[in-house]
Amino acid sequence: MTEDTPLVEITDLGVEFRLREGVVRAVDGVSLHVRKGEVLGIVGESGSGKSISVRSIMQLLPKTAVLSRGSVLFRPPGGGEIDIAKLDRKGRDIRSLRGRHIGMIFQEPMTALSPVHTIGHQVMTPIRLHLGLAKKAARDRARELLQLVQMPRPDQMLDAYPHELSGGMRQRAMIAIALACNPSLLIADEPTTALDVTTEAQILDLLKSLQERLGMAIIFITHNFGVVADIADRIAVMYMGRVVESGPVDDIFESPQHPYTRALMASVPRLGAERRRRLTTIPGMVPDPFELPRGCSFHTRCSEMVEGVCDRLDAPLIDLSGGRNVRCHLHSQNQTGGPNAG
Amino acid sequence: MLAYLMKRLFWSIPMLIAVSIVAFIIIQLPPGDYATAYVAELRHQGDTVDPLMEQEIRVHFGLDQPIYVQYWWWISGIVLHGDFGQSLDYNMPVSNLIWTRLGLTLAISISSLLLTWLIAIPIGVYSATRQYSVLDYVFTVFGFIGRGFPEFLTALVLMWLAYSWLNMDVGGLMSPGMEQQPWSFAKAIDVASHIWVPLVVLATAGTAGLIRVVRANMLDELNKPYVETAYAQGLSERRVVWGYPVRVALNPFISTIGWALPSLISGDVITAVVLNLPTTGPLLLRALKNQDMYLAGSFILILSVFTIIGTLISDILLALSDPRVRRG
Repeated sequence: MTEDTPLVEITDLGVEFRLREGVVRAVDGVSLHVRKGEVLGIVGESGSGKSISVRSIMQLLPKTAVLSRGSVLFRPPGGGEIDIAKLDRKGRDIRSLRGRHIGMIFQEPMTALSPVHTIGHQVMTPIRLHLGLAKKAARDRARELLQLVQMPRPDQMLDAYPHELSGGMRQRAMIAIALACNPSLLIADEPTTALDVTTEAQILDLLKSLQERLGMAIIFITHNFGVVADIADRIAVMYMGRVVESGPVDDIFESPQHPYTRALMASVPRLGAERRRRLTTIPGMVPDPFELPRGCSFHTRCSEMVEGVCDRLDAPLIDLSGGRNVRCHLHSQNQTGGPNAG
Repeated sequence: MLAYLMKRLFWSIPMLIAVSIVAFIIIQLPPGDYATAYVAELRHQGDTVDPLMEQEIRVHFGLDQPIYVQYWWWISGIVLHGDFGQSLDYNMPVSNLIWTRLGLTLAISISSLLLTWLIAIPIGVYSATRQYSVLDYVFTVFGFIGRGFPEFLTALVLMWLAYSWLNMDVGGLMSPGMEQQPWSFAKAIDVASHIWVPLVVLATAGTAGLIRVVRANMLDELNKPYVETAYAQGLSERRVVWGYPVRVALNPFISTIGWALPSLISGDVITAVVLNLPTTGPLLLRALKNQDMYLAGSFILILSVFTIIGTLISDILLALSDPRVRRG
């Protein structure tokens, strides 16, 4: 496998919720890729489909969700290629990937850990399940992991319960669980949103140093541009179940091409300056998911909307130079590329 | 943990004293006493009763003494000699009356409780993990019917069915001839052929209610993020469900085991009367009607002790199963 072969390659992914009220296309043709050891930040508002897209990589979707189209290719370090989208969500194949090759950390460290098991037990669970270590060896490995995530007093913490830990410590324990089997991909779903600002900075630093040390790829989901600026190599911006812009982090910060990206960046304060705030500067509301607007889904709120084009035609995905993509009519005059976004 | 246990044990002592006093006062509250009830009963049967006799009975049993003296006689007998006093009505020691029935009651109640859990917990968990499936609806319908149907009616229907279809005589706990015989294999078989009716009756109502509660608790827990975390580690659905949310969802039950113990003994009176079971329920009912004060008082005291012990047991079990209680 060359350096350029992606570790994960999502192509034209569609996820639907078939509800009594109608069908909601939570993810509608998302294409993304992550290379080995790369950090991809996915930015978007609540309901933009970022969590659902990324959960598809583990087949961890809600019961009502249906993976309706597309593929999710995963290339585990041993070689080979698996289309995760084709696996049974309860089957043995996907379970041998979860926690083994793909680790995940969640938004709420308060509730994402089992209240009735010790930290040690929870860190040892994937170790014993996938690596088949005996109890004592697994406990030693768990202690190492707690040291790795800079947990204070790791020996004591092995026998502590989540309610005895602070939010930051719980998120460290969560990270230890996710990294237990040395996964090649770590998915972080808003891992710092529920934490206060100082703890957030500590956890981000920890993730960055762990990534440099262990070299795993990370998909980092957030609604806060400030958070990804520091940690991500590339960024994908999502709106209404689609990737509207993607590219290297510096380029996007320097010259955002999509009107939505520009609006988002204008409305988000810098890291550490202020805690998260609602996006007040984008006019209008996120459209009703049951009745998506015709044309570009952002045209109802777009300040640069072109009458007769944006409200009629679906926006094409356009390849810009330097590994950048944008889904916008404003760029379609000099259109060059196909739908292979990243 | 040990300190917690000692503290709980220590606090049960003043609790028990208070309960014994309240119990004794309550059984003294109705107007009249055993002498009045006894004489009224004789008169009702057509006897002519010498008014002096009522007074004699009263003096004979010490009923003319002030209430605190009577209480002291009663409680000191229990604490110092294990003597619960004399049943005025049956004219025999209360302990003889109570303990044999208590054993049978506990046997029936505990087996019906275990049966209830054995059926209800797996069904409740299934219903929650397969919410809105066909079987979930079936169990829901069964649950509401079982919950709404009075137990004694279930008992009557079952007895009638067993009698007219299976030609079995299912009243009581054993065949009439067996009661006086010593325990033997044949007697055990005989009891087993009788005990299923009360077990089914008691378990039906309990199961129906419990399924609903387990299902509701499980639905709450299944949506919690720690369940997703467990899936994300690669555990199978069975290991996730039984290892994580079930453990949390059962905590509310563990904390109510304490209530189950006394209701096992005082509850189901109507069912026991209908089924003619030699359990404690009907005995308590009769003691209260006849103002058989030592029998009734001892009953209430024993029930209270069971409540306190039961609460203690469930507190200990809850502390063992939920670290947030143990080390909170």
